[in-house]
Amino acid sequence: MITVQQLTKRYARNTAVDHISFEVEKGQIVGFLGPNGAGKTTTMRILTCFLPPSSGTAKVAGFDVLEEPLEVKRRIGYLPETPPLYLEMRTGEYLSFVGRLKGLSGNELRQRVDYVLDRCAIADVKDKVLGKLSKGYRQRVGLAQAIIHNPDVLILDEPTAGLDPKQINETRDLIKSLSGDHTIILSTHILPEVEQTCERVIIINRGKLVATDSVNNLQNRARGAGSVLVEVAARNGALDAAAVQRKFERIPGVTRVVCKDSDANFSTFEVEGKTDRTMRGDLARAVVEAGWDLNELRTAAVSLEEIFLQLTGAEAAAESGAVPAEAGAAAKA
Amino acid sequence: MRNVWIICKKELRSYFVSPIAYILLALFAVIFGFFFWNAVGVFIFMGMESQLRGEMFPMNVNEQVIRPLVSNASVIGLFLIPIITMRLFAEEKRTGTIELLATSPVHDAEIILGKWLASLLLYAGMLLLAALNFLWLFRYGNPDWKPLAVAYLGLLLQAGALLAIGVFISTLTRNQIIAGAVTFAICLLLWVLEWVSGYESATWAQVLSYLSVLTHFDSFGKGVLSSKDAVYYVSLIIAGLFLTARSMESLRWRA
Repeated sequence: MITVQQLTKRYARNTAVDHISFEVEKGQIVGFLGPNGAGKTTTMRILTCFLPPSSGTAKVAGFDVLEEPLEVKRRIGYLPETPPLYLEMRTGEYLSFVGRLKGLSGNELRQRVDYVLDRCAIADVKDKVLGKLSKGYRQRVGLAQAIIHNPDVLILDEPTAGLDPKQINETRDLIKSLSGDHTIILSTHILPEVEQTCERVIIINRGKLVATDSVNNLQNRARGAGSVLVEVAARNGALDAAAVQRKFERIPGVTRVVCKDSDANFSTFEVEGKTDRTMRGDLARAVVEAGWDLNELRTAAVSLEEIFLQLTGAEAAAESGAVPAEAGAAAKA
Repeated sequence: MRNVWIICKKELRSYFVSPIAYILLALFAVIFGFFFWNAVGVFIFMGMESQLRGEMFPMNVNEQVIRPLVSNASVIGLFLIPIITMRLFAEEKRTGTIELLATSPVHDAEIILGKWLASLLLYAGMLLLAALNFLWLFRYGNPDWKPLAVAYLGLLLQAGALLAIGVFISTLTRNQIIAGAVTFAICLLLWVLEWVSGYESATWAQVLSYLSVLTHFDSFGKGVLSSKDAVYYVSLIIAGLFLTARSMESLRWRA
């Protein structure tokens, strides 16, 4: 559906997008992930024919953004970072205007307006002036205008930015529910959003593509390389940390055992290796058979966040300080 | 064409939803009304005076009332035109709605024409208000309607040209006040360029004088339909709209 090859966008002093290539298949919902200023918006603007690329090609449904922009625009629904609302218009009036602009008319236009009013749950504000709507409603009106002409591709630039947690969930559900009919690209710097809504993720940083894979694969990749934390305690008397370590090292599949924390009667170990089921079972059995207590056995927390931080570097983490907190909250959920 | 009309309707609607249109129309009605009242007063006074002196001085409503009033109308327009055009693109750029227009399946030319047409229609609305005043002349007098019609065409052409320049300037900034101020300055300059012809007859003075919108209004004001002057206004309109199109394109390359 979307093919991007060696896409580059240079400005006078910097390169916003640097030789990015990726493909999105029909019906997929893809997360475009990166810290602020990574080039997400620029890429989306190129895909929507708002900006021309400096070099490289981008095709939507087989049409090149430079050669046949009108064909591309007909097939794309775009929600920019701030919803493009005429604040003096009423909701219904605005949606009819956008519908007409996208080529709808007559009965079809009325039907589509009613449909998106219903779909985005904004029918109750149909006659309200857009300037008086809350941020959540404005965002949904923005989504409604993006889908009014039933486009093949939906491009959403930070669709949940600035919403409260309830609105964020509602918006995510709405986006998910749209994924059946449309191919969706959404950009975000919030990781759980990608984990929750997307099938595939494209990570970019400083204009460069750093990873593109399915969300599951990325998580598995992280898990495979991760480690297990084991907390062992002694039932009676002191615990010999060295003995535990030796025992763990004998378990098949274990490559490295590190004693993270040790006390008179308990120790925490980080065990690296193939963290598949059998290894964890073996670890548990080894502890119990030796007469120790197994207090805790868990996968060392790995989420997209860690891969993201690994891939985009520490600087990115510092820039987007909000990310770890939110990601952590989601991990608990 | 359908898209031009969609954009034009949207612009007209936002003129009338915000109080801009009403304020502009009211201002124009008051100012023009005053000019009209004044012109008619002077005309009556001169009529009585010539009667007292026993002169059979030929009084002419077209020459002595309508012609100066039409010039006045174009001067009032000069002040109001920047207010009409300043928001057209500047506001879209500031609020980000330009992204909606630019990513919709419409040509830039259609967007530009639609906006320009809306501004011209609003100006035409003002001229209609002025026409209400002229109606009184027809009610109580017997002026010739043809010179008035030609003058109206001239007013529309002149406004069309200045509006096209205003639309262009509105694409250059996201600040409406800057757009308005620059448009006003340029309109004013195009107005007064004609003055150099008063003391200088060198080629450069003739060129400046030719560029002035005032020079080309004379014939229309007199009720003379001059193709030479019409060509001037039409080319100014085309130049303004062409520059707007270039500017919109460059927005995309720079943005």
